[in-house]
Amino acid sequence: MITEFGWAHLVTLLLAARWTLAVSALAFVFGGAAGFLVALGRTSRSAPVRWFTTAYIQLIQGTPVLIVLFLSYYGLSVLGLKLSPLVAASLAMTIYASAYLGEIWRGCIQAVHRNQWEASSSLAMTRWQQLRHVILPQATRLAVPPTVGFSVQIVKNTSITSIIGLVELTRAGQLINNAVFQPFQVFVLVAAVYFILCFPLSVSAKRLERKLHAHH
Amino acid sequence: MPIIEVRDVRKSFGRNEVLKGVSFQVEPGQVVAIIGRSGSGKSTMLRCLNGLESVDAGRIEIAGHTLDASGKHLLELRRKVGMVFQSYNLFPHLTVEENIRLAPRIVCKRRDAELDPVVERVLSQVGLLEKRGAYPEQLSGGQQQRVAIARSLAMEPQVVLFDEVTSALDPELTREVLRVMEQLAASGMTMVLVTHEMEFARRMAHHTIFMHLGKVHESGPSAQLFASPQTTELRQFLSAGE
Repeated sequence: MITEFGWAHLVTLLLAARWTLAVSALAFVFGGAAGFLVALGRTSRSAPVRWFTTAYIQLIQGTPVLIVLFLSYYGLSVLGLKLSPLVAASLAMTIYASAYLGEIWRGCIQAVHRNQWEASSSLAMTRWQQLRHVILPQATRLAVPPTVGFSVQIVKNTSITSIIGLVELTRAGQLINNAVFQPFQVFVLVAAVYFILCFPLSVSAKRLERKLHAHH
Repeated sequence: MPIIEVRDVRKSFGRNEVLKGVSFQVEPGQVVAIIGRSGSGKSTMLRCLNGLESVDAGRIEIAGHTLDASGKHLLELRRKVGMVFQSYNLFPHLTVEENIRLAPRIVCKRRDAELDPVVERVLSQVGLLEKRGAYPEQLSGGQQQRVAIARSLAMEPQVVLFDEVTSALDPELTREVLRVMEQLAASGMTMVLVTHEMEFARRMAHHTIFMHLGKVHESGPSAQLFASPQTTELRQFLSAGE
């Protein structure tokens, strides 16, 4: 049955956008936490730790997110671990985010000048004290723009989770279009909702960047 | 008893042997200048003294600690041995005062109230008490270097190492930094400085070491060493600077 595109559909889209937000937020929080460990591992003094985290990044960055998604949904279910689409989607996006954020943050840590390590070493700080009080605060400033840039990527890339049946923004758009068959109206609207989700991220990043650079 | 004793220290970077058996001693309260051409190994030698570079062979005893290839006791040693760098290396995200407080607070676990007089003392020592709230980027190079000196003094070190600390400064700023170092020397601090300021070394250092090709080529009391250099290399080096 073909119906007219109307307010009810818009509400459906907005409700579905909650799942886009939820998966994005989970991916960012857990992927960020894991990515932080990956970044520390990549800059570790221990060669095996560096080697292991490098291999992890290479593996994940060399695999399409879609495949990671299939593995966490279909793959794990074959192994007896049946995850809901929401959990599987969040898991896949978390793994994806951890590798990219880890690599972005590694770059930021290494971009802090070597002489900051030397100065803090000379003041008898342990490696952890150096990281916590000297290196990471400086790396954080550098990290804001690429991190926000990547978080926008996360929001948009959650659209692929529609494929395992998670009714997030993109999937909701597809379902509505199947009913009303007005692809332009529907998908332009879907794009607009993505924009509304991502735009504040970019704006707040600019603000945060200015605030952090006030003294440096 | 010497506070620093360096015995036959060797160090290579890859296949390039930078230190080829260096030995010298520093007595407490002494100011020792290390001079020499770029690439003579003088900065590397200095950086070995607080373990920023590891030594391949030989022994360094400094402030009661032994430094060898194992790298043990490095943290305890660094509490007693301060270092000031050519490029100041202040922490840009912290104010002058926070730069000074950080290490005593987190390394020596001293309380903030305890550190108030320390901050006052070291900042007045370098004449920058009024800049305590400034960020490094708001200071001139000379001021930054003086803060760096104050920062290392706040750890109450027994020895301070100076690695070409005026090389990045113009003559006027160099003078203000040297004046601070002079006062520090007068207060009895043990200082080892790698420097290109020959006049300062001659006047301020009790002892001068001339390094050449990774070895101590000539050394002695500064007055004597500068007045009558014994080797051709030192004579050439000194006359090139005039």
